[in-house]
This record gives sequence, C-alpha cells and structure tokens, in this order.
Amino acid sequence: MAETTTFSNATQILEPFRGVKRVTIEEYFTSGHRTCQGCESALVMKLMVKASGPRTIVLGSTGCMYVANTTYYTTPWVVPWMHTQLGSSGSAALGTAAGLKALMKKGKMKSEPINVIAFCGDGGGADMGLGAISATLTHKEYNSLILLYDNESYANTDIQLSGMTPYGANTTFSPPGKVKRLIHTRWKKNMAGMLAAGHPECRYVATVCASYAVEMMNKVRRALTIGGPTFIHSLDPCPKGWDYDPMLSHELGELAIETGIFPLYEVEDGQVKYYGKTKAIVEGRPRKPVREYLLKQGRFAHFIEEDLAYFQAKVDEMWNKWEIPAVVPFRRLDASKEALSAK
Amino acid sequence: MAVVTPAAPAATEEDKELLISGSEAVAESLTLADIDVVTAYPIRPYDTVMQAIAKKISGGQLVAEYIVAEGEHSQFEIVKHASTVGARVFCGSSGVGWMYAMECLVVTPPLRVPMVALVGNRALDDPGAFGVEHNDALVVRDVGWLLCWIDTSQEALDTTLIAYRVAEDRRVFLPLAISADGAFLTHSQALTMVPPKSKVDRFLPRYDRGDLQLHPDNPITVAPQANEDWVIEIRRQNNEAMGRAVTVIEEAYADFRRVFGRGPENPWFEEYMSDDADVILVGMGTISLPIKVAIRELRAKGKKVGLVRLRWFRPFPTEKLVAALSKAKAVGIIDRNYSFGSPFGSGVVANEIRAALYNADRRPPLLSFICGLGGREVTLEDVYKAVDLCYAAAAAGKSDAKTHWLGVRE
Repeated sequence: MAETTTFSNATQILEPFRGVKRVTIEEYFTSGHRTCQGCESALVMKLMVKASGPRTIVLGSTGCMYVANTTYYTTPWVVPWMHTQLGSSGSAALGTAAGLKALMKKGKMKSEPINVIAFCGDGGGADMGLGAISATLTHKEYNSLILLYDNESYANTDIQLSGMTPYGANTTFSPPGKVKRLIHTRWKKNMAGMLAAGHPECRYVATVCASYAVEMMNKVRRALTIGGPTFIHSLDPCPKGWDYDPMLSHELGELAIETGIFPLYEVEDGQVKYYGKTKAIVEGRPRKPVREYLLKQGRFAHFIEEDLAYFQAKVDEMWNKWEIPAVVPFRRLDASKEALSAK
Repeated sequence: MAVVTPAAPAATEEDKELLISGSEAVAESLTLADIDVVTAYPIRPYDTVMQAIAKKISGGQLVAEYIVAEGEHSQFEIVKHASTVGARVFCGSSGVGWMYAMECLVVTPPLRVPMVALVGNRALDDPGAFGVEHNDALVVRDVGWLLCWIDTSQEALDTTLIAYRVAEDRRVFLPLAISADGAFLTHSQALTMVPPKSKVDRFLPRYDRGDLQLHPDNPITVAPQANEDWVIEIRRQNNEAMGRAVTVIEEAYADFRRVFGRGPENPWFEEYMSDDADVILVGMGTISLPIKVAIRELRAKGKKVGLVRLRWFRPFPTEKLVAALSKAKAVGIIDRNYSFGSPFGSGVVANEIRAALYNADRRPPLLSFICGLGGREVTLEDVYKAVDLCYAAAAAGKSDAKTHWLGVRE
C-alpha cells in the first residue's frame, strides 16, 4: 500500500516541430474511418496524435469523430482509443489519468509518462460536457489534454445548432422561414477565453486551426508537456454543416482567422500570447470583412445586409472593446464610465 | 439449508471487532481491498461511506486517488475510465443522484467494467425525502448490473469483499451494486468483525484487466459504433456473463467461508425459520428485523411463519427461490418499492417472483404487499396483517390477486 519512490508525475517532453519538414513521419490515426470529404476534424485527429506520439491514450466522446471514425471491426486508431459519453470528455481524461497515476504510484504498473487526450465536439464540450471539463481543469495533479473540435453544430446527428453555432446560421434546428429569417440569435460562447479565465491553475489553454497544421501540432505538444489539465479549442470547417465545396476547408479556416472571427492564441500560466495571422491583426493588419467568410457558406445564404452588419459589429466589438481583444470580454470600470458619459 | 444464519464466530487473534455503521464497514473492506480510485459526490445517505474513506486516506491507511466529482454523472464516468486502465475502483450514490448518473450506469456493463458501487437506498424526488425505498437501485435491474441487498454491517463488510471477487472475475467483468437501506443500515452501528489484510489477500486476487486493458502496450479500440451489425451479439455476451456470475458467486461464497470462517452457505437468500413454514414472507434488506421479531412472536403462538430475505436480485436465483417458496401454503412478498401500472400494481420483487413461479409444479398463493416507502417504519402490526392475509389465502387455496399497501393512511 505504500507509495513507490520511483513514481514521478512528469510528462513527456515534446519539443515543438521546427517546420513541416521536421514533423515525424509516423501516423497514429490512419485509414479505416469514413468521415466526409473535406472533413477538417479528421485532419485534427490525425495531427493531434501525430503530435502526441505513440505513448498516448485517446478518449473520444460521442460525435462525428466517434461515429464516423470507429465502426465496429474497423478503427483508424493506432494508439489505444476508447469511447466516452457525450458529456464525459472531462471525466474520461480525469479518470484515465487518475487510474494510471494510482497504478504507477502504488507500483502496480510500470511508471512512465503516458499522454492522456480526451476529445469532444462543440456539443459534447461546450454544451453538455462543460461542467465536467471545468472540473477536470481544476485537478492540477492529473496530466491530461482536452481537445474540443468545433465544427459549430451537432454535425453527426444532422446539423443541429449548438451553443457554438454562429449567430444566424441555418441548421436543421434553425431553418430560415418566411416569417422568421433568423431562428438562432444567440452569440457563440467564448470557450477558450472562458476556460482560461475561470481556471487559474490550468497552465495552458490554446486555440488552433488545422489550416496551420504545424502550429496546431506544436500547441498539442506544448499542452502535453506542460503538465496538469490543459485545453485546446480547434475551429474545424465542416463542408456538410457549413454547406460549401469540400475543397475549401483549408481556405475557410484561414478566413475565420483573417476576419478576426476566430482568434489564434495561447494562454500559458496566465499570459496571453497571440500567434499567426491573429498576431498580425493585433499588431495592426486590417481584418478582412466578415462577409468574405460568411457568404462562402450556404448556412448564411439567407443573410441580408442587416445581418451581415450585425455580425460585423459584434466582431468589431471583440477587437475594439474587450479588455484583452478577442480573448476576454471584460471592460475596465473607467472605460465603461467613459462610455456612459459619452452618451 | 440452515434455519438461521450462523452467527459470526468469536473474534480470533487476527480479527478485530469494531462498532461501526454499514457505511463504515464498507469503507473497512475498501481499505482491505486496496482500491485505487474512488470518486465522491454528496447525497444522503450513501455519502457516509465517502466520509469514511476520506478519513482512511487522510489517516494513511489507504493510498488511492480520491476525487470529489462535480456531479454523479462525472463521478461514475471517472471510475469507469480508471477501471479500463486497470485500477480497482469504487463509487456510489443514492436516490436521484443514482438517477443523475444513469447514462454512465448503462454503459458500464457492455464495457465490461467491474466497478463496485454502494447504493444507499433512498426515495426518489419529488417530494424530497431521505428515507429508504428500493426504486433507485432497481432501475439498473435490466441493463447488466449485478445487484444485491445487504442487511447488517457484517454483511456490508463481507459482501464488499465478495463483490470485488465476483465483479472482477474474468468470466463476469460486470459492475456490481451493493444496496444498503438508507439510515437503517448506512448509519446504524453494530459490532462487526474486521479481518486482517492477510486473509483478504488470500481471498481477493489483484484486478487483472488482461487483454481489455487500455494502455499503449495494448493499443485496442474500445466501444466503436456497432449498430445493427453486431449489437445483438454484444447483448448476448452480456447475458452470458450474467449467467456465468451464478457459478462465480457460489464459488466466491464457498471460498469466503473457507478463508474467513463465516458467511452463509446459501449466497442467494437468507432463510429464517422458513423450512417448515406454512406462510413465508419475502423481503430485501433491513426489513428483516421487524419481520423476524414478528415471526418469533407468531411462532410462540403456534403459527408457522418464516422469512426468505433475498440477497441477490441480479442474477435472480430463480430455481432456488422456487424450491424454497413452493413448499409453503402461501407466500407474501413485501416490496419496499413501487412499480406503478405494473401487473396487479405490485412491487418489483413480487412480480419477479410471480414470473419465477409461473412454471413451477407447485404454485402457492402469492400475496403482494407494499410497505415502508420513504423510510416509513415497518411495524409488527404491518407484518401481522400481512401474515393474516396470507393465512386466509392459504385456507382459500388462492391469492386475492391484489396488492396491499401496509401502514398507509387511508
């Protein structure tokens, strides 16, 4: 029953890949899945485990990357993989990490750092599983990464809106009609910012997009190396849910960042660091108008100018009024006083 | 079969005798079983076991990952995943807490996760109530959980050790819920023999997840989407595991008696003065106490009444129970649960036993009673009334095919 002295809570040290030519050749997510043509989330899975390497356990909550990836008697996963319930990515990460830790600490299993990654979609992560993810991010003694692949709807079940579906989008739960043009009028949750702000002992939160594959993998490697519970939010263009030509997935990912709708940043030990084209925006490069992004997608085809203007104004607010632009929506008291007196 | 469960033997040099509650007795066993991961969330009355475990951990008697979850759903998911990498786990809940975890409860049997859980039986909301009802634990009766009811602190301790032995047997690999009546058992203290670790180690082998262990050295894919191609075969495998549990349970109790020198010969149910009884009452859990007292009173007046206290509900001991009950002149089932709209409006146990008796050569009249809901005290008068109705049915040679609510304001 005594704790063994050989146990260490250390993580694997995964140095960043210095350029695409230095990325390892081995794949741990291979053929055997049946995702849609142009599916960006399948690419995210592939890059995620390429980054983590073979000594990894992956837990997948219900969603596209469960149903489309793993059909009984086939699997694309070279690393051990297990299904978890829709709202359970946080608990799956925590339970797996706790099980490994207990067994290693008590000398019942060889002690070595094993990466634990649990992934969830936007429905499983930002809607149903938010509480469990939040709890896991407070358990600093268990090393795990929760990766949210955000295709902005319940895409596997027929494209129903989630708390992460953009304002006004056409989904099967928000079809535009003659009387009501917009059924879905909620603004999307600020998931990464919320989790970074709300969990002061979580050492690493990042946003990524697979359009920038090397950077995306390096964020995964950083999250796994730093230790404790960590969180990554990946924006994944979805041809089926967003209604666009599958060859445009990469470009739509770029546009989401260039328009400033989805910022790329990491929060390490409380410090916000923008990167990629988001960093350029922060440093003064003009954002592209949101219409360039929105009008390439059938889910916004019913938008009129008024809707585009509203969407643009909300994004402008993220950048011009938030205390930490596009990350934390608070405003300082003096700023709000000024705003009031200006009226 | 024995008329009376043999009393626990006197303390040996090795055993300790402690005055502890049912929950504390479970915690003693969890310490002896050296569990690896335990998750807690507060709800009365089961959570006394988590308070007891927390003390074991802070006191250094037990080394385990002790995680306070943010809800029962996570509580059960965390240990489910810990179990798949090879950790021995414990969890539990009560009443609506158990219901909150329901999604996680249904996935553990097909995943073949041998978690052990304590259900401190509690009435379901609404209205809010702390008292005992068995409806909470009974909701898992169809989905592959092994399910038993205990009656004393000693049985709590012994059954917890047996639970790990049975659930973690590779022939079974199913989750197991130990049901303990809220307050009457979870919170009531009794003298309990606590065995030394050396004995437990002889009885309980290490949990070996084998080729189902999720680990980079064993890169398996667990629970892919199956649909109509394979689901029915997977259900069939579950059913066969439940069938194999019968043998494993009998082996475990026999071995328990050999190692610890106590425990029942018949694992499935306790038979109290039922061998020669004209009327046999059937119940589960601590309801045995007022029934046993009533039986002794009635026996003194010449009425041959006995009790069968059911321990194991899943797997259900169909043949053995039929053999024990069909010799009576009438059988009265006292349910501490309800099943609204069920056949005859009976409780769950009554209808299970009705079904079990259907093909029996001899079918005594069967009467159904609902009593003690929400923790209402089961009185001697309630028992006498049930016995009187049973005698009337025995004389008539048939049951009234009704369900009698005892001790309820009309």
